[in-house]
Amino acid sequence: MPMFDKNIKIRAIIALSVIVIALFYLTPSLTESLPGFWKNNLPTDKIHLGLDLQGGMHLVLEVETEKAVENATERISNDLKEVLMKKKVRFRHLDRTEGTTIMVDLRDSEARGQFDRILEEDFPTLEIESSEIIEGQERVFMKIAAKQAETIKKFAVEQSLETIRNRVDQFGVSEPEIIPQGKDRILIQLPGVKDPQRAINLIGKTALLEFKLLDEEHSVDDALRGTIPPGSIVLYGYKIDPDTQRRKKVPYLLKKKTLLTGDALEDAKVRIGNRFGEPYVGLTFDSQGARDFDRITAQNVNKRLAIVLDEVVHSAPVIQERISGGQAQITGTFTMEEARDLAIVLKAGALPAPVIILEQRTVGPSLGQDSIDKGLLSIIVGSIMVILFMVAYYRLSGFIANMALIMNIIIIMGALAAFKATLTLPGIAGIVLTIGMAVDANVLIFERIREEARLGKSPNAAIDSGYAKALITIVDANITTLIAALVLFQFGTGPVKGFAVTLSIGIISSMFTAIFVTRIVYDYFVWHRKIKMVSI
Amino acid sequence: MELIKPGINLNFVGRMKLASIASVIVVIISIVSLLFHGGPNLGIDFAGGTQVQIKFENKTEVKDIRDSLSTISLGKSVIQQFGYEDNNEFLIKTEKSSSEIKGLSSSIEEALTVQFGKDAFEVRRVEVVGPKVGKDLRQKGMLAMIYAIIGILIYITWRFEFRYAIGAIIALIHDVLITVGIFSLLGKEFSLPIIAALLTIIGYSLNDTIVVYDRIRENLRKARRQKLGEVVNSSINQVLSRTILTSGTTLLVVGALFFLGGAVIHDFAFALLVGVVVGTYSSMFIASPTILAWETVWPSKKKRK
Repeated sequence: MPMFDKNIKIRAIIALSVIVIALFYLTPSLTESLPGFWKNNLPTDKIHLGLDLQGGMHLVLEVETEKAVENATERISNDLKEVLMKKKVRFRHLDRTEGTTIMVDLRDSEARGQFDRILEEDFPTLEIESSEIIEGQERVFMKIAAKQAETIKKFAVEQSLETIRNRVDQFGVSEPEIIPQGKDRILIQLPGVKDPQRAINLIGKTALLEFKLLDEEHSVDDALRGTIPPGSIVLYGYKIDPDTQRRKKVPYLLKKKTLLTGDALEDAKVRIGNRFGEPYVGLTFDSQGARDFDRITAQNVNKRLAIVLDEVVHSAPVIQERISGGQAQITGTFTMEEARDLAIVLKAGALPAPVIILEQRTVGPSLGQDSIDKGLLSIIVGSIMVILFMVAYYRLSGFIANMALIMNIIIIMGALAAFKATLTLPGIAGIVLTIGMAVDANVLIFERIREEARLGKSPNAAIDSGYAKALITIVDANITTLIAALVLFQFGTGPVKGFAVTLSIGIISSMFTAIFVTRIVYDYFVWHRKIKMVSI
Repeated sequence: MELIKPGINLNFVGRMKLASIASVIVVIISIVSLLFHGGPNLGIDFAGGTQVQIKFENKTEVKDIRDSLSTISLGKSVIQQFGYEDNNEFLIKTEKSSSEIKGLSSSIEEALTVQFGKDAFEVRRVEVVGPKVGKDLRQKGMLAMIYAIIGILIYITWRFEFRYAIGAIIALIHDVLITVGIFSLLGKEFSLPIIAALLTIIGYSLNDTIVVYDRIRENLRKARRQKLGEVVNSSINQVLSRTILTSGTTLLVVGALFFLGGAVIHDFAFALLVGVVVGTYSSMFIASPTILAWETVWPSKKKRK
């Protein structure tokens, strides 16, 4: 076919450009020191290694969004109570019952009428679920409207994402990845994290800071026996027993009402105490927070104010005098590291709802390096065996196929760097597998050429129909594998996705090298050199 | 060089019955093993749980590790050697997956430190999967298989005929079942990478099947008067050389992965090894004869003697 003869140069140029581009993308991954002109003009991205190869932590968190709705319900029910009292509506109980329902008992139908008006005017987000009349009293159950609840949930996830990003940023991890997944999940990838437990503590802590007054009118012991006064709660703190040096649980009876939260903070810093050099966390309130803190301390001099973090009482000092500077501190038995992490989480703000860890995978750096070494070894040994076999079986043709194979590996690696895909351990397996399957295309072609030659066709006719007939088979066979690989890509997470990526790239690039590139070599030999037959 | 002589004519179609019986027996053994073991042996990816990989400096026995962990309640746990014996690497697996911040893995680390000292071991890998994620992944894994099969069914029906697609699907279900069965018989665990391996086997098995199909289709066009059985048989023979060569090169590289790739990827490579062998067999003995069987039950409209 003379047409092929004419455009053989064009095809050679295409093949060469592809390999040169692949090499350009691959080079940064091969060498540490790139020359200056390269850094300015050419690609500098290395192949991105998955956490299973470079070591690091993979976390999937679920935001307990239902809790965010509960918190919102709690706030609204407190507001509602205040408004009802202010407008002198006669009611008995108003409480959040289990979950996200608010229940109120109204004295009579007149109170019900007032209540309905208030609800309509001031609390449009509340919806009446049901109501019943018990001995003349009206009992009403309310909930936050479903649409509103959805918004709260969505917002909780967004805010958690933001807060966790802030915390991770300050923790100092290079190239962290924090992305939402599904409706209420957050995927976190932290390369190179050495102390996973510390990272989990930092990310997973709700860090809800609350200031509450101690209930000093009632006794803690009575409360522990079961008679907790209404409007109060029992929370625990920890103390080091001076005799045994053991951590001891200490109960506190606190007023339920929260006077101030961590929202009012502007800054949190680690400071060192004067007396023993023990670390503590110094808090600075924002202007509104400082005013509130000023008012709270002024109104409650000589009372004890508890500093509660995630339902644990850290300390409950006596307010000696009004504090106007907008400064406070959390003391406790911290190590330097703990104090630093606490300052980070307080500064980054509380999570709007607790998070639970659904999945945690940590790979140490030594195992990652092991995997890289062994993976590379398998690639090299596998390739050498295939290369030797091909030359032994097909001689010069085998040599041509081997060139295509090496080119294929370079293209796969270059494509990984160019598309910023992630190479994982199963991904390396994908490359190994592609090597085995890439020669398949050439085997198909060569066997076909042999068959055609046996029928007595001339070399170029045999090559021609060999390629033409094998082509359909190769495309059909590879597309089905590609379908499986694409499904895998959709379904997979992390390492498995990496496998799907290298397999897909490998299939496509192997079709290019095994069909397009080898053909150029054949055409060159047969047309230009007038060689009778390339040994096959 | 030629391994398979040209003009070879082995009687594949004639041994179809024998092959089917053999396959049915192996598939039944696989299913019985699965039933006997109460389904596949799910790893923590799917069942949820905690898995900690630890490398010790010195020679250590499983018993010593178990003793040192007796202070913490692990629940149902397995402690086993991981990789080669002289590596001193162990895998501690439990069904528990604590969602608390103070995780089970750090309790394990603490208990081991008390017994062996801080520098005597290295925690190389920790994996904690909650039950919710496990269930999600199980569903997703099944769905992935189903989607892949449907996609392939559509493609083959489009490129060939429906009866070809049926043959291909039967062959690949056969391959997957046998691989899963062998895993079950050997007590090997199912993890996410194994699902990836199964999907690859599906792809590979099809690759082989389609090469045979392609030749059948080509020969059917050429020889209109030949019996279908003869066409199928000679087609399998014509591509036999390629089938053997490709399986060979693929086995070479997968073998390299199996022997040199390290413990983490060992089972994955094993699944591929099994899959390549079974997939090659099934494309010759299961996929193509199915077309014949289909033809006997529902003859195609085109006349053929």
